[in-house]
Amino acid sequence: MTATPARRVRTLIELPSSTRAGELIEIRATIGHPMETGYRRDASGELMPRNIIRMFQCELAGRRIFTAELFPAISANPMIAFRHRVQTGGELLFRWTGDKAFEHVERRLLNLR
Amino acid sequence: MTSSRRQVILGAGALPLVLTAGRVLATGTDTQAASGAYGEAILRFTAGVQPRLGKIRLEIATLIDNGNTVPVEVSIDEDALAPARIEAIALVNERNPQPEVAVFHFGADARSAWVSTRIRLATSQKLMAIARLSDQSFWSHEVEVIVTLAACIEP
Repeated sequence: MTATPARRVRTLIELPSSTRAGELIEIRATIGHPMETGYRRDASGELMPRNIIRMFQCELAGRRIFTAELFPAISANPMIAFRHRVQTGGELLFRWTGDKAFEHVERRLLNLR
Repeated sequence: MTSSRRQVILGAGALPLVLTAGRVLATGTDTQAASGAYGEAILRFTAGVQPRLGKIRLEIATLIDNGNTVPVEVSIDEDALAPARIEAIALVNERNPQPEVAVFHFGADARSAWVSTRIRLATSQKLMAIARLSDQSFWSHEVEVIVTLAACIEP
């Protein structure tokens, strides 16, 4: 995806450094994004176009474990935290997609003890 | 200044009423049909089924100072679910410009759910979390909140 190349996207992903099968873990993902609602007006009275992240997806070892559809009511710099019962370790893939062809992907390793 | 102070005082006065109403609601067995865009958004998620009360929990402060970033949690326990699985949870609001807040979808292995995020609230209003289970039943929890500083309006 070639859109929005100029600004570096900042993310913060928090997950346990290691875990074991059967454990319930919390995964917390935050991304820097204005989440412009499309309902606000600028100084000249013009409606500012909507610019939001519409979807956040998380896969573990190639399997979708969580998806969030987001709407303008989600605060700027959206933070999504969810819990997952660990069955397998592997690569966690985080994908944010949205308006103006926004796409950002992060990868982390979920280590099993 | 005067009017905002009055709103705060009115808001604080209304709080015990809201809490009482919430408790009465939580002991009921059926939800009242919600009206307007709010009700329509609920029924869009449930494909026309009136959700029942229970199983799911929506946690949010009932008195909110700043509507720009309001922490919310939705959760559903394994015990409340079994043998069904949780498929999706929708979060809907009554009086923002748009009723949808978020829809969360869970993997096929999910036996319980817990999600936390931060939302915007334009004004005092109701919020509802609705869960869709694998047996195609729908469960809800509605909370009424008072917002003293609104989001969405100020630039």
